[in-house]
Amino acid sequence: MIFKPLMLGMIASLALATTTIAERGSDGNVSIIYWQAPSILNPFLSGGTKDVESASLVLEPLARYDENGELTPWLATRVPTVANGGISEDLTSITWNISPGLLWSDGTPFTAADVKFSYEYCTHPEGGCAFLTKFDGVTNVETPDELTVVVNFDKPTPFPYGPFVGGESPIIQAAQFADCLGAKAPECTEQNFNPIGTGPFVVDEFKPNDVITLSANPNYRDTAKPAFATVTFKGGGDATAAGRAVMETGEFDYAWNLQLAPDVIAQMQAGGKGKPVAGFGPLMERIMLNQTNSDPALDADTRSTAKVAHPFLREPAVYKALSLAIDRPLLVEIGYGQAGRVGCNWIPAPAAVNSDTFKCDVQDIPGANKMLDDAGIVDTDGDGIREKDGVPLKVLYQTSTNAVRQDFQALIKQWWQEIGVEAELRNINASVFFGGDPGSPDTFQKFYADVQMYANTFNGTDPQSYLGNMLCDKAPRPETQWQGENISRFCDPAYDALYAKLTETAGADERAAIARQLNDMAVASGAMIPLVHRGRLSAHANTLGGVVLNVWDSELWNVADWFRKEGS
Amino acid sequence: MAFLIPVFAMTETPLEIESEVSTVEAEPDKPPRSQWVDIWQQLKAHKGAMVGTYLFAFITIGVFVGPFIWHIDPTYLPQGRDFIDLRDTRPIYTLIWDSQAKVSWAHPLGTDNLGRDALARLMSGGRVSIAVGLTAMVLSILLGTIIGVVAGFFRRMDGSLMRLTDLFLALPLLPLILVASLLFRDPLSNSFGTEGGIFILIVVLIGLTSWMQTARIVRGDVLALKEREFVLAARSVGTTPVQLIIRHLLPNTLSPIMVSATLGIATAIITESALSFLGFGFPPDFPTWGRLLNDSVDRMVLYPERVLWPGLMISLTVLSVNYLGDGLRDALDPRIRGR
Amino acid sequence: MLTFTIRRLVLAIPTLLFISLVIFLLLELAPGDPMAQVPLTVPPEVKEKMREALGLGQPLHVRYWKWLVQFFWIEPKVLIDYAFNTSFSADDLRVISWQTRSPVMDTVAQRMPQTLWVVGTAYVVGILIAIPVGIYSAYRQYSWFDNAGTFVTMVGFSVPPFFSGVLVIVIFSVQLGWFPSIYDTTHRVTDWSSFLAQVNQMIMPVMVLALQITSQISRFMRASMLDNLNQDYVRTARAKGLRERSVILMHVLRNSMIPVVTVIALGIPAIFGGAIITEQVFKVNGIGQLLIIAIQANDLPMVQTLTFIFAVLIVLFNLIADVLYGILDPRIRYD
Repeated sequence: MIFKPLMLGMIASLALATTTIAERGSDGNVSIIYWQAPSILNPFLSGGTKDVESASLVLEPLARYDENGELTPWLATRVPTVANGGISEDLTSITWNISPGLLWSDGTPFTAADVKFSYEYCTHPEGGCAFLTKFDGVTNVETPDELTVVVNFDKPTPFPYGPFVGGESPIIQAAQFADCLGAKAPECTEQNFNPIGTGPFVVDEFKPNDVITLSANPNYRDTAKPAFATVTFKGGGDATAAGRAVMETGEFDYAWNLQLAPDVIAQMQAGGKGKPVAGFGPLMERIMLNQTNSDPALDADTRSTAKVAHPFLREPAVYKALSLAIDRPLLVEIGYGQAGRVGCNWIPAPAAVNSDTFKCDVQDIPGANKMLDDAGIVDTDGDGIREKDGVPLKVLYQTSTNAVRQDFQALIKQWWQEIGVEAELRNINASVFFGGDPGSPDTFQKFYADVQMYANTFNGTDPQSYLGNMLCDKAPRPETQWQGENISRFCDPAYDALYAKLTETAGADERAAIARQLNDMAVASGAMIPLVHRGRLSAHANTLGGVVLNVWDSELWNVADWFRKEGS
Repeated sequence: MAFLIPVFAMTETPLEIESEVSTVEAEPDKPPRSQWVDIWQQLKAHKGAMVGTYLFAFITIGVFVGPFIWHIDPTYLPQGRDFIDLRDTRPIYTLIWDSQAKVSWAHPLGTDNLGRDALARLMSGGRVSIAVGLTAMVLSILLGTIIGVVAGFFRRMDGSLMRLTDLFLALPLLPLILVASLLFRDPLSNSFGTEGGIFILIVVLIGLTSWMQTARIVRGDVLALKEREFVLAARSVGTTPVQLIIRHLLPNTLSPIMVSATLGIATAIITESALSFLGFGFPPDFPTWGRLLNDSVDRMVLYPERVLWPGLMISLTVLSVNYLGDGLRDALDPRIRGR
Repeated sequence: MLTFTIRRLVLAIPTLLFISLVIFLLLELAPGDPMAQVPLTVPPEVKEKMREALGLGQPLHVRYWKWLVQFFWIEPKVLIDYAFNTSFSADDLRVISWQTRSPVMDTVAQRMPQTLWVVGTAYVVGILIAIPVGIYSAYRQYSWFDNAGTFVTMVGFSVPPFFSGVLVIVIFSVQLGWFPSIYDTTHRVTDWSSFLAQVNQMIMPVMVLALQITSQISRFMRASMLDNLNQDYVRTARAKGLRERSVILMHVLRNSMIPVVTVIALGIPAIFGGAIITEQVFKVNGIGQLLIIAIQANDLPMVQTLTFIFAVLIVLFNLIADVLYGILDPRIRYD
């Protein structure tokens, strides 16, 4: 397992962060701005990352990922492994030991019953819990004593760190939420807005979609923390304004996820009040290639389904040429700067599963042209656009509305034009594009276009379920109300077989090897053109210390360690 | 058009009324002048109107004829080495105060962050913005005036038309646009091409969602006007309602209509940019003034020219239409005309 | 006039019901998904369950009926309970937002103060500037004052708030550091200094909004005054020896107010509706921001309720405008 080596080291490094000996609440107020405003503080009922991250100031899991993607015990005493006996030999159960003496912010003790309740709350069939998949395969949760939790799975589970790990699977207080199970969940406004937690802060006032004010938790386990007495968590506006408030005017201390062009960031940084920090998870900006025909002339049951293959995008020469014509280093420079890297793989991180099969950092337009010429795909009618079997290489290229994506569209359109491929651009409002409304023709699942660009990622460090996105039967189609994760409708029996093997493999190294192979299969067969491995870029004030950007978990994971630097 | 106007609009002295009949009587030695010639004379004498006309003509010719002289393709991106050299160049006038500025004589207004020529984009953006602004404004003013006059004049129609106005005022714009583009985008694109279809969709949507203010204002004016003596006089000589509206009521409500029209152009240009920005408008490689302005706000400090020029062009267009409207209003007002 | 008002008020009920139905159907028909902002890592089956938990599985007419009952029956009960400390609404399910899972009306009540502070002040400031400017511009048509006024108002109206807002932030917050760029909605006015702080943070949004409002109203004021200044009755009034001041302010102004009253009456529901872009730029987080966020998140109960409240205000203020017409010009008759 990836966390194996440095169990103690990590605890030490956590301790290291507290070198500035401070008293609880001695550093006054810290202000955080998220340009998406949190709507609810109960992550199980949340609508997005903003809610999960704001709730992580209050609610905590048993273990979470640190900035290197390694598991760290949080409310538990250690991370269970097969080696330390925490995971059963047959891989069907995992036993967590809760740190003794933990208190909820209302002063009551934190027990195994709360953990079990969190499981029951989320898996209630009428509750509509957003992170239900965290409990996939869990048959029951047992509490042999007050400080022990045993999670049983229905089959051997090589990676049992779904339940109660990470910001998306925190523990809520049983006493507080007892009457909020199932269909009653939405009625518990008071509970959903003011959850009692074990985290460093307590909610004073929650104004939905606007601002949260919090103060230090008097019962927090570390008596010296948090250094800040209060937190102001403001939401709303746009990334530019958030960046400006931290780096130019200095009104705020921390700004989340600044998706801005690098020159804009650089100009803000020149304001001298703050600096950007970047971290890399598995987020990958890619162009998905539709394996099926999206011709509007086809009827609704056939268009963009496996019934009709795409007229030219399945041709290796075509998709390889399309990829070769792209100048990825330039895309990084224009769009993401220090928050981007050239990406050639579907799964770019963690390092163990990042394949090194492909090289893609050099643009080669003559090479791409030659590749198409050699494959006999040439311009036969002199209009500057190549034809394959009489079908001109014209593609509809859609993406969500976003300044950087529109710049990418313009650049890539021009490059493809140089190799005789014409692209028609379309941008779609993100709430429609990423919404799953089966009645809308513009969703990314429906993929009524030839190619589309967006970014996707997975949670935690284990890519298994993410790799499952490319299975044949995950393709969105009318029978599934156009739901499904196999957006490009890629289908390869060999891939499905290898994936089945992955689900049964236990060893970390073997699993990583299979994951790399699956990645190579999907990329080499033209399911997608990877573009940029995207990082998360946030900014903090120069006076704010202790910030460790974590892309594997909530960005506010270590807010208890934040402090005001001297001389400010 | 100068058919019989026994009493023009107001109860002014007959001598000032420029109808064929009265001019013939008053000035027998001159050939009869048409009312429209007279309006034109009046307009020509109006300094503001002339400035407005020339400015508007200049902008329109600039954006429609300009691209035939200035050949650079507004969507062309320089390739390879050129890309780095040619992106983010400043306008050449920057040299006046900063001799170190990165400029290129091939791009007098500079280039954007992808190396596209700013002048070409300004011109091609102007085509769309002016077309959208004018068409949507005309549509909204027509709708608003017709509904307002009918509601104000015919009492029986007032209730239903004003409730319709309330309904349209209450409809949220964004969901309306979503529904409209869901229902009509594809059929329109099939019949008029992608850009033509979107143009029609946007213009109709902006028109359909902005006529209400004009309608309310016109109705309010008509309600007051129709109780005046001159309307009674006109009725008593047997003027039909339609003639009454065209000859007597409309000219008197012209000034608020002109104001609405001027403001309407600005609103339409800006609404279009908001729609494009939200992803409901033109394709992303299709510049418009509003969009150029919107895209450049983030880089306003480093490259002020990128917000300055589109902003200036929108303002100048609106300003020129405003002066033109002022002049027209004065020229069409029988009480001012001829003084 | 009283019978007219009563008749219109009665008629308003079916009108509003019809408007609410149209809004409901429009929102239903619009493509969109309340799950659009849920991360892509959440699989579709889970999203489907979440939709069911929101009640999306129910048929259309059931949901519309539920909303009607909640809005017209339960919410008033809650209001009565709040006002008189009664408990009529004990266990009734109120209109619940899909994003926050909390009663929509609570959020609306929470947002109202900052919207009224900022947008309301801007409106008052705008009207107070616009009317004198409009009058004087018309009185001295084509003077330098009129021309300058025309230029400023036209440019003011042509420059959208997403640009002018950012421009004032760059100048006054970033360069000069005079005003905060982010509005603090938790700020409470308790004494003189906190009032000054409130004024300080309101200046920029009010400035940007008031410019737009002034531009619009002053244009209508000027045009309408110009129409009336050449009328016979003005000449008569002057001939009678009335002071110029009273001619202009008593006679001409009163007769010129009809279009202006219309515009102002149309604008008041917009105050409650907030100013979407300005609120976003300055993070005022009022009703306008609430509406746009709800639309983006496809929070249908929230959008439906907010738009319906606007519809009520629109109907109400248009009625008020109609009554005012009758007062300004007694010749106007409706029946």
